[in-house]
Formats: sequence, structure tokens, C-alpha cells
Amino acid sequence: MQISGAQMVIEALIAEGVDTVFGYPGGAIMNVYDEIYKQDKFQHILTRHEQAAVHAAEGYSKASGKVGVSMITSGPGFTNAVTGLADAYMDSIPLVVISGQVPMSLIGTDAFQEIDAVGISRSCTKHNYLVTDAKDLPRVLKEAFYIARTGRPGPVHVDIPKDVTAQIAEFDYDVKLDLETYKPHVKGNPRQIKKAMEAIANAKRPLFYLGGGIINSNAANEVRDLVHTTGIPAVETFMARGTLSYDDKLLIGMLGMHGSYAANMAMSETDMVIALGARFDDRVTGKLSEFAKNAGVIHVDIDPASISKLVNANYPIVGDIKNVVVEMLKHVPMIKSDNYEPWRETIENFAQLHPLTFHEDSERLKPQWVIKRVGELLGDDANISTDVGQHQMWTSQFYPFTRPRQFISSGGLGTMGFGFPAAIGVKAASPEKTSINFTGDGSILMNCQELMTAVEKKLPVINIILNNNFLGMVRQWQTLFYDKRYSETDLSVQPDFVKLAEAFGGIGYRVSTKEEFDVALKEAIERNIVAFIDVKVERLENVMPMVPSGGSLFNMMLLEKKESK
Amino acid sequence: MNDNNERRVVSVIVVNEASVLSRITDLFSGRGYNITSLTVAPIPESKYSRLTIVTSGSIRVIEQITKQLHKLIPVLRVYEHSDLVEKEMALVKFPITENLSDISAICNAYNGKIVNVGNDVIITMVADEPKRVDHYLEAIRKYNPKEIVRSGAVALER
Ligand SMILES: Cc1cc2nc3c(=O)[nH]c(=O)nc-3n(C[C@H](O)[C@H](O)[C@H](O)COP(=O)(O)OP(=O)(O)OC[C@H]3O[C@@H](n4cnc5c(N)ncnc54)[C@H](O)[C@@H]3O)c2cc1C
Ligand SMILES: Cc1ncc(C[n+]2csc(CCOP(=O)(O)OP(=O)(O)O)c2C)c(N)n1
Ligand SMILES: [Mg+2]
Repeated sequence: MQISGAQMVIEALIAEGVDTVFGYPGGAIMNVYDEIYKQDKFQHILTRHEQAAVHAAEGYSKASGKVGVSMITSGPGFTNAVTGLADAYMDSIPLVVISGQVPMSLIGTDAFQEIDAVGISRSCTKHNYLVTDAKDLPRVLKEAFYIARTGRPGPVHVDIPKDVTAQIAEFDYDVKLDLETYKPHVKGNPRQIKKAMEAIANAKRPLFYLGGGIINSNAANEVRDLVHTTGIPAVETFMARGTLSYDDKLLIGMLGMHGSYAANMAMSETDMVIALGARFDDRVTGKLSEFAKNAGVIHVDIDPASISKLVNANYPIVGDIKNVVVEMLKHVPMIKSDNYEPWRETIENFAQLHPLTFHEDSERLKPQWVIKRVGELLGDDANISTDVGQHQMWTSQFYPFTRPRQFISSGGLGTMGFGFPAAIGVKAASPEKTSINFTGDGSILMNCQELMTAVEKKLPVINIILNNNFLGMVRQWQTLFYDKRYSETDLSVQPDFVKLAEAFGGIGYRVSTKEEFDVALKEAIERNIVAFIDVKVERLENVMPMVPSGGSLFNMMLLEKKESK
Repeated sequence: MNDNNERRVVSVIVVNEASVLSRITDLFSGRGYNITSLTVAPIPESKYSRLTIVTSGSIRVIEQITKQLHKLIPVLRVYEHSDLVEKEMALVKFPITENLSDISAICNAYNGKIVNVGNDVIITMVADEPKRVDHYLEAIRKYNPKEIVRSGAVALER
């Protein structure tokens, strides 16, 4: 079939089963947009900023497990999208991002809206392409999707000059991929897996360290089996929330800088860490030399570069989590769950000593209460995204997650402005669930223009602004480590968030009591329109417990004890 | 810490395509590591090229770089050499007025010879282990070399 480069893009997206594209047009990508206009196989969602187009594609991908797609123009369109690429790269989210480029004949001439896009995206994508001939497009696009979703997933960027989208060439998408140099290792070595299981059987205080790779691998069910049949307690990273249900007896909680006391103590006392798709991030380990100091380490990861990068692995296993865990399950009979009873009791004692909690001791609402309350009211029925800051950590700590892909947040890059567009993508991927975005009064302003997208496309995301009139997370560090010098973090001057939402055709609520909050949430759900719920919360609340940056996990700053009412 | 500056030789087999070299050098520069020398040439009758990179760093750093190199999509193989045959070439230009027989004799000792004679200058070539090339360049200093070009090392595992 002889078609234009632009038509090839459309045909490839259809062949890949893409049903939603998030994007923003402009000169260099217009040929492709012309073909989008002519087709009806997938929907295009026009965001109001290219950064939001990529975050929305990330949210869509995380909620659905599919490759997210976004489309942008050259120059400023592309540079606006870079934060999204970097975010997806850090959190291993499979995306294909297609950008227009100035025509081949103008590349290198400082042409209008020309920027060396592949030069910029090289360090924040899994792979990228500059397509110089339309005949390469079918192969490149097919490779792009394949590379994005296989191995350690990640964003792939395809830059297409305008004349290439106009060029006519042969399109055959049945090309066989010939990627001799890219062969992800998905099957773990069975002998090594057996040895690892023997090591677990011989351990007294083993601990599962569950990471985001489990979600990527769609392996939560298998991991739940493994945890339950072995009776070994588990901690989750921020990226793994929902792998185990919040009420699972063997789930100790999140570990790390704002992890629970019990989770961090368990990690400090374990004699065998079983890391599944976790990358020993510095927010998790604290001081590396003190991290799980007396433990052996089993490390399962699909990316060999993750293994022994920071903590030496005694049992490195390269493979896809699902495959490896299925293989591990075969050896479960050699493990005696009863042997770990004293260990489970020790952990239970840690949890009793300093449970994860907060004090309702202020006139203003506590942000944690709001999150817990939404959990009580919506629980499993909501997908939860967040922005970045204190509200993000409280959401991870206090929302009762029950399933993988329920929690969508920017972990690795920590991108303020991620939450709202991501929630739009989540809603597009799973319209049957309520899409909640917990956000801050700082973060929400970084992509609030997306109100327009949500109104236009009828994607009724509910943004719950935990409004502390501060860049709270930075303010917390200033309180604790900078002698309360609140340099540029006071957000006393604010827009009227209710009017802001209304100006775009959304709905807004301002609440300061529990009763008002319940009413607002109920109404927002019923009215089914994008909403801002501006919740006035306690200004100076700190996220606790906390491991000060660079400190050891077992040296936590803890919530002050108070008699609970 | 003292093995931090140890010299390392890494060979990389890559698909011979436009952007591949920058992908590789970016990995080093993005982490603040210096490349001492880098040579690239196509492997005959294949779609691949071979790069030889001389760098320095601790074992841990090199191990991580090796893994990251391997992660790049167009990279087929990465060798971190320990037992290897390593050669480097140097071209040197001398004024024709210098003592040519001395220069020629020194070149001989380092697998080299005079390869070009012009009106005002001669050019010599030697090919030897990089360390020996250092020695050679030391030895010829007194003959007032006008220009020196080193090729960077190439290496093969024994
Ligand atoms: C303000 C702030 C505070 C934070 N505090 C904390 C905190 O207290 N605790 C915390 O945990 N995090 C915290 N984070 C998040 C943190 O920055 C990291 O994003 C997170 O810890 C990384 O999670 P992970 O180790 O599960 O890795 P991910 O980033 O999810 O990486 C997944 C790993 O799994 C591998 N993988 C991917 N797919 C597969 C597969 N199919 N099979 C096998 N392996 C696979 C990948 O190669 C990678 O190594 C915080 C972030 C912010 C912004
Ligand atoms: C784009 C971006 N800029 C700056 C930061 C640094 N930062 C991290 S948290 C934070 C404060 C966020 O404030 P807000 O959204 O109100 O959330 P809160 O912490 O108050 O809950 C800042 C500025 C960031 N993570 N991302
Ligand atoms: Mg705030």
C-alpha cells in the first residue's frame, strides 16, 4: 500500500490498537493532524499544554497497562513535552511520543521552531528516532511500540520531519522486527531461583521488598500468592502501592523516608531482603551503608543495570517478575511459614509501638483526615492520582489501596503538575471509576489549564486541593532544617479556586468542616463534572514519620505521642 | 578510593547508525566521566561498528557504565577487558633538518618507520602499546617534533 508518512502514522496507531491519543497540533505535525481529522478509529484528546498531553498519556498508560501515546509539534511543542518524557523515563512508563520536526532540507539551519529534539530527548527516553525517510516509518513505529512496552518499559520518542510526513512510500506493518541488539531477558535462571528460595527457607527474618516492577509486570496476583503461601511479611515502595491490599495482614506498609516505623524497622532487622522490581532508591534506603545491614539480598529485576547498582545482590535474578515469581511458587513447599512466627511478632510489636497515625488536634481539618475519609467513602471505587508534596505522601500513607494501578503518582521525578492531567488520562482509560486527584495549592496551578480539557471531553476528574497556603513539603524542610526561615514558600496569596473552576465550566467548592467536605464530594460525584474541592487544612502539619535526608532508616523522627481521644 | 583512577578499556559493538556515537558518549558525559580515547570503525562485512573506549574509574563505576552501555538499544555487546592485546598508533612530523637516522632507529624500536618524506618535513609512524607510545614520544622530544597525532587505543581480548 502506497501512502503518505502522515497516513502511516495513523495506520500504525490503529494497528497497535491505540484508542486514545493526547496531543497538541502545530506547523510541523499538521500533515498528521490532517489525517487524524479524517479518521474515526481512535479519539484525540486536545490538552491545553504539551506537558499535560504527556502526563495524560502516562496516566492513561498506568491505569490501563497499555502504551500511552501523545503527539506534539516541533520546537516549543517538543520542549514543553520534555518534563513528561523525563517523568515517564524515571517511573518506567511505556509511551510513544511523536513529534513533528522542520523539513529535512531545513534541519540544521536554525529554521523556525527547529530544535534538536532527539538530542534533547536522548537522556530522558528509553530510545528515540529521527526518521529521515518515510520508507523507514513502519519499522520505526513498530519498534517504538515494541521497545516502549517490553523489558523495562519506558518512553520512546519518534521525531518526524514535515516533508517525511508528506512523502509517499510503501506501508507494510507486518514487517518482522529484527532487533538483534535488543533482547530483554524475561525468564529468570531456574537454578538461581531455586538457590534463592533455599536461602529464604534458611532465613529467620526474611522480608519482601515490593517495587513498581510488579505493577509493570502485572504480577500482583502471583506476588500475593507468594506472600500468602510463605507467610513472609512485606513492605512496599511508593511505586508498588496496591500490590497487596491495605488490609493484608502481611503488609507492614510503605518503607523509606516517609514510610512507617514498622516497615523501616523491619528492613533494618531483616536477614534476607527479597527485592521484587524495586530499585533501592535513595528515598527508600536512607543511608546506604546502614540499609538492611545484616541481610542477604535477593534481587529480581528485568533491568540488569538495576541489580547491584546501589546494594550488592547475593542472588541476582534477571527476569520478568511474573515469570520469576511463578517459578518461585514451585519451591514454596520447602518454606516453613511457622518458622517466621517470632519475626512476624517482632514486626507486630514495632507496629504497635509507633502506628502510622495523626492527631486531630487542630481547628482546621487535618489533611490526613480528608484522605482517609475519601478512602472510607470511595475505597476501591476510585482511582487515585496525586501531585507532588506533602499531600502526595499522606495519600500514599493513608489511602486504603486495594489493587495495583489504583495509585498513580510521580515518584522518580516528583513532578508538580503531574496529577491533574494524569487523572484525566486515568479517567479516559477507566471511565467506570471515580478519578480523584489529591493535589496541593502549589501543584494545582502548574497545570490548572487542563480544566478546559476535562470540561470539553467530559472527563469529570475531582481535584481535592489540600490547601495549606504553603509549598508545604518545602516548608516542612524549612521548619525542620532551616530554622523556620520560610523562604518563598508562603502561598497566602491565592486565586479563588472555586471561581477558577467555574470560569472553565467546572464546579468548585470551598470547605472547612467535615460535614462540608462530605457534601461537596457527594455532590461533585453526582454532578459528574470536573471539580475543584478547595479544602482549608492545617497549615503547619508535617509528614511524619520521617527519615531525615541521608539518615538511617532506623533513626526516624516520629509523630509526638498524644493520648488519642 | 585509590583504584578510582585505574585505567580501563571497554570495547562496544554497535549497530552502525547515525546517532549511536552520541548515545554512547552521553552516557559518560552525563555522569561526569571522562573518555581518555575513543576509536570507531566499521566491522567488515557487517552492519556493526566496533568502538574502543579508554577511560578511568573504580570497578563499580565501570560495571555500572558497562551495564548502561548494554542497555542502549543499538548496542550488541560490551567487553570490559582485562587480558588484552592493545595497540595505538602515533604519527609525528619532524623538520627534515633533524637527525633522520636517529629518528628512524627509534621508530624501529617501537614498531615504526618513516612513512613520508617531504621538502621540509618527514612523517613517522609507530604502532605499539599505549604505554610504549608514551615512551616513544618521550624519546623523540629532543628532535623537535612539530606535530603529534595519536590514534587512541584499539584492543582485542587474548
Ligand atoms: C516527595 C517524595 C518523597 C518520596 N518518599 C518516598 C518514600 O518514603 N518511600 C518510597 O518508597 N518512595 C518514596 N518516593 C518515591 C521514590 O522517589 C521512588 O520513585 C520510588 O521509591 C521507586 O520505587 P521502586 O523502587 O518500586 O522503583 P520503580 O521506579 O517503580 O522501578 C521499578 C523497578 O522494577 C524494574 N522492572 C520494571 N518492569 C519490570 C518487570 N516487568 N519485571 C521485573 N522488573 C521490572 C525496573 O527495572 C526498576 O528497577 C518519594 C517521592 C517523592 C516525590
Ligand atoms: C516542578 C517542580 N518544581 C518544584 C518542586 C519542588 N517541590 C517539591 S514539593 C513542593 C511543594 C508543593 O506544594 P503543594 O503543591 O502546595 O503541596 P504540599 O506540599 O503543600 O502538600 C515543591 C515546590 C517539584 N517537586 N516540582
Ligand atoms: Mg500546599
